[in-house]
Amino acid sequence: MKFSPRIYIITLLMLALGAVPLIADSIDEPFYTVLFSRMLILSIGAVSLNLILGFGGMVSFGHAVYLGIGSYVVGIGTFHAVEDGVEWMGNGFAHLSIAVAVSALAGLVIGAISLRTHGVYFIMITLAFSQMFYFIAVGSENYGGDDGLSLYMRSDFSGLLDLSNDNSLYYLNFAFLLASLYLSHRLTNSRFGMTLRGTKSNEQRMKSIGFPVFRYRLVAFVIAGAICGLAGVLSSNQTDFVSPAVMHWTRSGDLIIMTVLGGIGTLFGPVIGAVAFLLLEELLSGITEYWQLFFGPMLVLIVIFARGGIDGMLVALDRWWLQFSLKKNTKVD
Amino acid sequence: MEQTLNGFQFGILLFLLAAGLTLIFGIMDLINLAHGSLYMMGAYFAATFTQWTDSFLLGALLALPACMLFGVILERIALRTLYTRSHLDQVLATFGLILFFNEFVRLIWGPIGLDIPLPELLSGSVELFFGIRYPAFRLVIIAVGIMVAFLLYLLVSKTKIGMLIRAGASNRQMVSALGVNINLLYTLVFGLGAALAGLAGMMAAPIMTVEIGMGEGILIITFVVIVIGGVGSIRGAFVAALIVGFIDTVGRSFLPDILGLFVSNDIADTAAPAISSMLIYILMALILAIKPQGLFPPKGA
Repeated sequence: MKFSPRIYIITLLMLALGAVPLIADSIDEPFYTVLFSRMLILSIGAVSLNLILGFGGMVSFGHAVYLGIGSYVVGIGTFHAVEDGVEWMGNGFAHLSIAVAVSALAGLVIGAISLRTHGVYFIMITLAFSQMFYFIAVGSENYGGDDGLSLYMRSDFSGLLDLSNDNSLYYLNFAFLLASLYLSHRLTNSRFGMTLRGTKSNEQRMKSIGFPVFRYRLVAFVIAGAICGLAGVLSSNQTDFVSPAVMHWTRSGDLIIMTVLGGIGTLFGPVIGAVAFLLLEELLSGITEYWQLFFGPMLVLIVIFARGGIDGMLVALDRWWLQFSLKKNTKVD
Repeated sequence: MEQTLNGFQFGILLFLLAAGLTLIFGIMDLINLAHGSLYMMGAYFAATFTQWTDSFLLGALLALPACMLFGVILERIALRTLYTRSHLDQVLATFGLILFFNEFVRLIWGPIGLDIPLPELLSGSVELFFGIRYPAFRLVIIAVGIMVAFLLYLLVSKTKIGMLIRAGASNRQMVSALGVNINLLYTLVFGLGAALAGLAGMMAAPIMTVEIGMGEGILIITFVVIVIGGVGSIRGAFVAALIVGFIDTVGRSFLPDILGLFVSNDIADTAAPAISSMLIYILMALILAIKPQGLFPPKGA
């Protein structure tokens, strides 16, 4: 097999992500564990968005809805577990399964209506749905309304995992990220995934061959929603807080940025994108209070010049390396 | 009655924003999320010029060309390269512009919102028929809006530029193939859209606070408007803006009472604010489920 700098860099990134808590502990900076934990969670969200955006060509501008649903499942569950003593409502497995079920159901309803439309209409209607859920959360006074809800406890995986330990939570996030990457890999390389990619490149052709395009897209939409719902569960555990802000439309925009920044339609692109996005945010906001003044134009430049995102650059690096090594070999000959 | 007029006035504001946005989308095929930023800039320009000149009217008159210029520069520098790109690229790049403008405004004008005092002349209320009183400034908004809508109608349907705009909306390549300077037309349309958005912003300024991010909430509602109306159609934008403005305003004020008829008052009071914020999105979902191209789909698209 040819030597590929890209594969090395991605492997290195994943290994580094796996080692973060160890490094953070050894230099006594637990803050980094929390920062990278957020990266992992948003990576899961971006991986799920990539399924529909990158492989299915559906520009959903409301993907943060599922982050919100997952977060509120934990928020509402732990609220009742602590306030009313309903023990099962604090259970982590209950949170995960309910979040997946509700997200999938929401995805089914949103998808069934939105996928009837195309282009800008699809972008706007997914945005509108996310606004609807946002306002439901704002209006739910019982659960803090606009101000949100502080979690009294994290999801309870009694006997298995103690999430109040940030390192355990980190590795739970990491495990879920690996699982979602594996799922994404299997899915996009299956017959289903091939069909989905086919509908992205030419919908008309797939229809004439006889594929029920709408149904394939809807299934992908539901799967993506369910995975992102999981990310929501992890996210509220991470921040110990839920508020409507998790599904603000700018969060959906952030998820799109991460996916595109890393490399749309590639397996690891969303992870690279989420890590790069949060690192940039962290670095720039450390330098200046007005970090978005630089981040905004950077985004415009990335869109205009760097097609294919960071992963695209790595692919270019591979190509360069190949030529470089070829040249070297011919010289020797 | 007062709420009906408020709804009408909000609808007019939405129309000013939606007209520009729908034109820009119809002709350049550009999803411009930064349209809300133009609205915000309009309000800030008006606030600054009003402070300089001590007159809201003069301030607004100065702010209007400033907005137009601002829009033209923005189009020349940043947006021109995006016309041929995918919708996804456009959404991303203009999202980046929003971040930039919000920060930019915070840097220049500071994080605290500004208040523009109403001009003396317009700060009172006017007695309409049947002894109903209504704030004079809101009446001015309605009047200006209707006038602009009428002028826009004349511009689009009676002048040569309007003819080119309509032609551009239905077939861009053909228009440029016929030897029209399409780039100039793009810049003109964008400048016009920016001026309309700025006008909406400066008229909203005295009745709402001028603050960072003020353009974002209304931007999304504007998108709802143009999607309901059919993207690219000014007539659709007008009808949809009035419907949305009306439903949103009236829903907010009457829904608690209407709900109270069916469920207990407690539930009605807690549920009504959420439901009334959702009304327009429900309307949009319903309309798109029935007519995926909106109420007035543009011809030839």
